[in-house]
Amino acid sequence: MSDLKAFAAEVREWLEANCPEEMRTPITGDKDICWGGRDFTFQSEAQKVWMERMAAKGWTVPTWPKQYGGAGLSRAEEMVIKKEMKRIGARSPLDSFGIWMLGPALLKFGTEEQKLEHLPPVARGEIRWCQGYSEPGAGSDLASLKAKCEDHADHWLVNGQKVWTSYADVADWIFVLVRTDQNASKHNGISFILVDMASTGVSTKPIKLISGNSPFCETFFDDVKVPKDYGPDISSVVGEVNRGWDVAKYLLTHEREMIGAGGGGMLDSRGPGEIAASAIGLGEDGRLDDPILRGKIAQTEIDGWAFLLTMERMKDEAKAGQNAGIGAKSSMLKYYGTELNKRRYEVLMDVAGSDGLEWEGERSRNGDLAKSWLRTKANSIEGGTSEVQLNIISKRILELPDA
Amino acid sequence: MPLVLTQEQEMLRSSATGFLEENAPVKALRKLRDDKDETGFSRALWKEMAQMGWAGIVIGEDHGGVDFGFVGAGLLAEEMGRTLTASPFLSTSLLAATALRKAGTRESQDALLPQIAAGDLVMALAVDEGAKHQPLNTSMAANKSGNGFKLSGEKQFVADGGVADKFIVAARTASVAGDRQGITLFLVDGEAKNLTRERTIMVDSRGAARLKFDGVEVTGEDIIGEVDGGHDILEGVLNVGRAGLAAEMSGAAQKTFEMTVDYLKERQQFGKVIGSFQALQHRAAHLYSELELVKSAVLKSSQELDDNFGIAGPVCALAKAKSGEVAKLAALEAVQMHGGIGMTDEYDVGFYLKRIRVGQEMFGDFAYHADQLAHMRGY
Ligand SMILES: Cc1cc2nc3c(=O)[nH]c(=O)nc-3n(C[C@H](O)[C@H](O)[C@H](O)COP(=O)(O)OP(=O)(O)OC[C@H]3O[C@@H](n4cnc5c(N)ncnc54)[C@H](O)[C@@H]3O)c2cc1C
Repeated sequence: MSDLKAFAAEVREWLEANCPEEMRTPITGDKDICWGGRDFTFQSEAQKVWMERMAAKGWTVPTWPKQYGGAGLSRAEEMVIKKEMKRIGARSPLDSFGIWMLGPALLKFGTEEQKLEHLPPVARGEIRWCQGYSEPGAGSDLASLKAKCEDHADHWLVNGQKVWTSYADVADWIFVLVRTDQNASKHNGISFILVDMASTGVSTKPIKLISGNSPFCETFFDDVKVPKDYGPDISSVVGEVNRGWDVAKYLLTHEREMIGAGGGGMLDSRGPGEIAASAIGLGEDGRLDDPILRGKIAQTEIDGWAFLLTMERMKDEAKAGQNAGIGAKSSMLKYYGTELNKRRYEVLMDVAGSDGLEWEGERSRNGDLAKSWLRTKANSIEGGTSEVQLNIISKRILELPDA
Repeated sequence: MPLVLTQEQEMLRSSATGFLEENAPVKALRKLRDDKDETGFSRALWKEMAQMGWAGIVIGEDHGGVDFGFVGAGLLAEEMGRTLTASPFLSTSLLAATALRKAGTRESQDALLPQIAAGDLVMALAVDEGAKHQPLNTSMAANKSGNGFKLSGEKQFVADGGVADKFIVAARTASVAGDRQGITLFLVDGEAKNLTRERTIMVDSRGAARLKFDGVEVTGEDIIGEVDGGHDILEGVLNVGRAGLAAEMSGAAQKTFEMTVDYLKERQQFGKVIGSFQALQHRAAHLYSELELVKSAVLKSSQELDDNFGIAGPVCALAKAKSGEVAKLAALEAVQMHGGIGMTDEYDVGFYLKRIRVGQEMFGDFAYHADQLAHMRGY
């Protein structure tokens, strides 16, 4: 414990000295997030400096081993860093699918050579990854995917289409689920393969969302030749050929926890109650002048607090080695967290009234709230829909039979 | 404090589970009800629980308790919730013991705490004066009389009040309803002159009481805490009760849920088990998720009582509000998913539905605590 205290003091001092002032202001939207990657345009010099300094410490991925770009810290130490960052309002130095999804999968299923090849560039924010799972015919029923991958002795040949590929147009690499055995049963012929987006035959086409943004694409693979190896012993396939489903599922548990965690907080650090108090005003008894709205706000805040405690408990249980079923529990966090986040944004829209409906202009920061509200609608779809999570809970945790 | 149980706490829990399943299953409550038992719980069983240290779970060792803390107490409450065990655990071992330990005089502690720990003394907390919990609105009069006070007014929903040997009563020595200042807590003997009690059998078959005070005399020695300064002590005690009820409802809800999931795997219609219908699966999975939130809030509330008693109010309010809502959902879904059999007295589900309804109401329902939390958060 005293070690942690000393560590906290050290972190505090380092952050004070190294976190630029501009990086201590709240994030107001996607544009403020540092995604990294070959072609990333930093919003400011401060954003770049902040990412680089944190990466040099290994603190963009504190728990990853040092040789892979991390700092080899314990989860408790990572929590200390997070807490200290929160204390000064420091922004996350780097967010990416490489950190949230590919990293954990490689750490578990990758060979030493694969880890050394791919992880450090993720930690340093040099390579940006995207996720090629969904296809036009394979959404919730992901394992029915068709993208074809043929063994051509010295290379793989990939043909097919992916869809809803977030940030495919700005990503450097993609991890793709492909079918390597056409004859095996649905789950047994899938492989998890890593592809450079610059490869000949890979193309993307952005899709516009209801928020007006185009954060995701259709991704096409036309006779894409993927090397079997990217160097000595650096296979392009992660895990065994035809056993990619195991990797895919493991990665999904991380993705789900990450998406669900959004339910615990939100971009605007002020709670809806506080916002409503200034927007609508308080009565003489200090209570919001709209009792029915007030009740709705309180309900979401109660659920939000209990949800935060649940994430904390799951982490503590995992640390104590008590959480054998964390895989399926991530479905619970995903389901509850995303539904909660949607509810919270509905309440925020109620609170904002017609101000929240403005779509353009300075006053609304170009429809910031409205766009965030619309974006949350995807939370219960991306990474597996709420219905799919409920199916998983029913089968894996409650052990209810198939229909 | 990590949100997990220590080994010691795990052991306490599993020994409680075993004991209660064997000695105090729902059948026992059913029997108390059918026999129209005068006490409302089994004194012999309570004595046995006391021998295991349960009655003195939050009492110091110097007074015969085991000093296991509020997390331990919460675990016991949760397990008693699973079996719907009727006992004066909440009224006496949580509420009264906390009031005495935190604010009682040395004499009252020495006299009463060992008796509570031994399972020989039943006490009850008298707060509510109307149908809804509003402790701040306490208006029962405590008028100066000689060097003591005379209490006049009425109390209701006093858990175990029908058989309590002693009461802790919130009354007003100054100011008016709505003011924090001016509330005082008194120890009142169950046999005091000018005190009448009416035992009220509640929907959950447990005992409560309505009390009528017609100038009941108390002295300065009967005061718990300071004259006019009882509010904060009372809130502390109520928080313990709220966290305890939250734990109990969590246990009751978990058990109800388990019964439901078992039934889903067993009952067949349309040639298959009803648990294969997705409409029911999703409702069950949703309920499972809600129950996980309840467990977290409940554990946090009792940890906070152990670690930061003075500021545990908000998280106790959270636990009480959330557990009540979710336990209600668990009970309603249980009845619905059992179909007709869920409506029968012979089946246990109804007992859970009834107890949970009482638990929701006691010491503040969802709306009460949501209002408090909103207020604390500045809106
Ligand atoms: C913003 C956003 C970003 C995304 N990013 C990516 C990405 O980067 N990479 C990627 O590969 N994919 C991505 N996705 C795709 C996402 O994973 C899929 O949209 C999702 O899995 C659902 O598939 P679908 O859209 O085909 O819907 P469908 O599977 O067609 O579902 C339609 C409806 O049917 C319901 N349904 C389907 N099956 C069942 C069932 N068995 N029981 C009950 N209900 C059922 C669903 O819950 C849903 O309500 C993203 C999606 C969004 C919205």
